[in-house]
Amino acid sequence: MASIPNPYLPQIGTVVKVIQETSNIKSLQVVLNDQERMNSFRFEPGQVAQLSVFGVGEATFVINSPPTRTEHLQFSVMRAGEVTARIHQLKEGDPIGVRGPLGNWFPYEEMKGKDILFIGGGIGMAPLRTLLLFMLDNRSDYGKITLLYGARTPDDLCYKEELQQWGQRDDMELILTVDREFPGWEKKVGLVPNVLRELAPSPKDKVAITCGPPIMIRFTLQALAELGFGDEQVVTTLERRMKCGVGLCGRCNIGTKYVCADGPVFTLAQLKELPPEL
Amino acid sequence: MVTPEVRFLAAEKIPTLLKRLGERYRVFAPVKVSETTVLFQEYREGVQIVLDRQTTAPAKEIIFPQTERLLSYTYRKDPEDPQKIELQVEEAPQSAPRTIIFGARPCDARGFRVFDSVFTAGPYEDPYYSSRRQQTTIVTIFCTQPQNTCFCTSVGTGPTDTEGSDLVLTPITEGYLAEAITEKGKELLQDEAFVSAQERVEEAQRAKEGIKLESELDLEGIPQRLMELFSTDFWERVSAKCISCGACTYLCPTCYCFNITDEAAGLEGERVRTWDSCMFYQYTLEASGHNPRPTKAERYRNRVGHKFSYHPINYEGMIGCCGCGRCIKSCPVSLDIRQVLREAKAYG
Repeated sequence: MASIPNPYLPQIGTVVKVIQETSNIKSLQVVLNDQERMNSFRFEPGQVAQLSVFGVGEATFVINSPPTRTEHLQFSVMRAGEVTARIHQLKEGDPIGVRGPLGNWFPYEEMKGKDILFIGGGIGMAPLRTLLLFMLDNRSDYGKITLLYGARTPDDLCYKEELQQWGQRDDMELILTVDREFPGWEKKVGLVPNVLRELAPSPKDKVAITCGPPIMIRFTLQALAELGFGDEQVVTTLERRMKCGVGLCGRCNIGTKYVCADGPVFTLAQLKELPPEL
Repeated sequence: MVTPEVRFLAAEKIPTLLKRLGERYRVFAPVKVSETTVLFQEYREGVQIVLDRQTTAPAKEIIFPQTERLLSYTYRKDPEDPQKIELQVEEAPQSAPRTIIFGARPCDARGFRVFDSVFTAGPYEDPYYSSRRQQTTIVTIFCTQPQNTCFCTSVGTGPTDTEGSDLVLTPITEGYLAEAITEKGKELLQDEAFVSAQERVEEAQRAKEGIKLESELDLEGIPQRLMELFSTDFWERVSAKCISCGACTYLCPTCYCFNITDEAAGLEGERVRTWDSCMFYQYTLEASGHNPRPTKAERYRNRVGHKFSYHPINYEGMIGCCGCGRCIKSCPVSLDIRQVLREAKAYG
C-alpha cells in the first residue's frame, strides 16, 4: 500500500528565542530539529501552522516571519486559552511541534505595482508583519507602503523594536495610534477606524490589508467603504477554532468554505459571497 | 476455475460462513444485544444475528472509530542536564486488518461514500480512515421492508443501491442471492457457503423489483434555498425544541466531524481523535470567548446546511445524508429533518 503523508503528524522543532511583546503576547522563534526539513520548509506569506505542546494540544498561528527570512519561523501567541497559556511557559531550548504550512496566503502577486495600506490592531499585526517584511524584502515590486497600527495602550503594540526601524525608513510610512492618551505618547490617539478616516487615503491603485479584533475589522471595513475602496481592494484574514487544520474535522466552516484550508486569507469580495456567520 | 459473480447463500449457512471468514478477517455483523437494540459487533459463535431490520447504530465506527489514537509522544529529561527536554513523537500504525462488514444496508454504504469524498479524495487524505476503508469489504443486504423513517430514495440512494458495497444480498426464499460488485466481493464468493444460484436468479429479480420506496422529498434547489433562509428566523423556529443532545450526529452514518485532544500521563501520552458534534456549544467556541454559532439555531442551521447545501455544493451534488432516518427515530424531541426540509421549501 502506498504510504500516505500523515497530515496530523507535526515536525519537532526547538524554541530558539522567546520575545515578550506585550503583557500577554509572546513571540517564539522556532527551528525544526531536522536540518534538512528546516532548509526545505517552503511557505507563502499569510500561511499558518499548528503549534503543538504535547499533553495540552495544538492551536493555529500565522507564520509571521516572511519566507524571505529562513533562519527561523516566528509565531506570536496571545495568552487566551489552555494551549496558549502552556506555550507562554515555553523557554529557549524547549521542544515544540510544528504542523504546516497550512491554508492559503496573501495574493501578493496581484498586489505588485500597487500602493499597499496595512491596517492592524493588537495581535492582528502578526499576519501583516509577514507580508510587510516580505514586501520590504521585495521593495521594488510595490508602490507606496503605509502601515497604520493601533493598540489599546502603547504597551500593547507588538514588535516595538521593528516599529522603531520601520518609522525611520524612508520607503514606508508608519502611523501608530493608541485608544486614549498616555503620558509620554506623542503619536496618534484614537481608534484605528477613526484614524483611518482622518488619514483619508485614496483608494486609487491601492490594496488595503487589515487584521485585528473582530470589532476593529468591522468598523475598518466600514471606513474603507466610505473612502471608496472596492471589495476586491480589501483583504483580511479570519480566525476560527480549528483542530485538524486541513479541512477535515468540520468546525471552522463558514458555509461551504473552511477557514483552515480555503482561508485564512479572504478578500472582502470573497467574504461577501459567504453566509454571515462570523 | 472462475467463480461466477452471482451465487446463492442459504440463511442457515451464515453462521458457518462468518466463522470461516473470521479466520481470515475481522468480521462484523448485526447482533441482537437487547430486545430493542441491534448493533454491529465482532462475530462470535452463538450470538444472535439479526438481518431483517436496520441496526440501531450505523456501521460507521468500524471504519471511523469513536476514539482512536493518532500519535504517541514521550518527553525525556536529560539526566546530565535536567533543563534539557527531548521529545519523541510516533504515529499510530495506519495498517488495518482485513475486515468484513456483513449485513450492512445501502444507507450504511452510502454513509461511507460520503466519508470517502471528504477523507480520501484530497487534497489532504486521512491515512487512518483510508487504510481501514481499503481493507474493508462491505456486504450489503437490500432492504425489502423500508421503515416509515426511511427516505434514502430522496437523497440519491435507495433500498437496492449497490454503490459503495462490495457484495450485495437480495433476500429470497430460504436465503439470499449474492452478487459481487467489486473484486473484494468476488473474493468472498469463493467460500463454499455460496452455491450455484441457478433458477433462483429470477426470483431474486422479482424480489428486487418488488422493493419500493417512493421518493418523498423534493430536494430540487434545496442547496440554494437553505442559503436564502440563512439569515431568517426559520432556524430559530425549527430548532426551538432541540435540546442539543447530539444523538442525531452520533447515530448519523454521514456525520464525521471530529475533535483532536491530548491525553497526558506523566511525561508521555497520546493525541487522540474522537467524534465531535456540531450541535454542541463548545464545538466552535474560541479561546477569546467568541462563538460564531452561539445558539442551537445556528448549530442546527449548520447541521442541515452542511448535509443539504454545503456538501452537495462542494462535492458535485452529493447530498451529505443517506436517508437512514436514525436522527428521526432517535431524537428525544421528535425533530424530523424531512419536515424541516419540506418547511424550508415552503417558508416565507
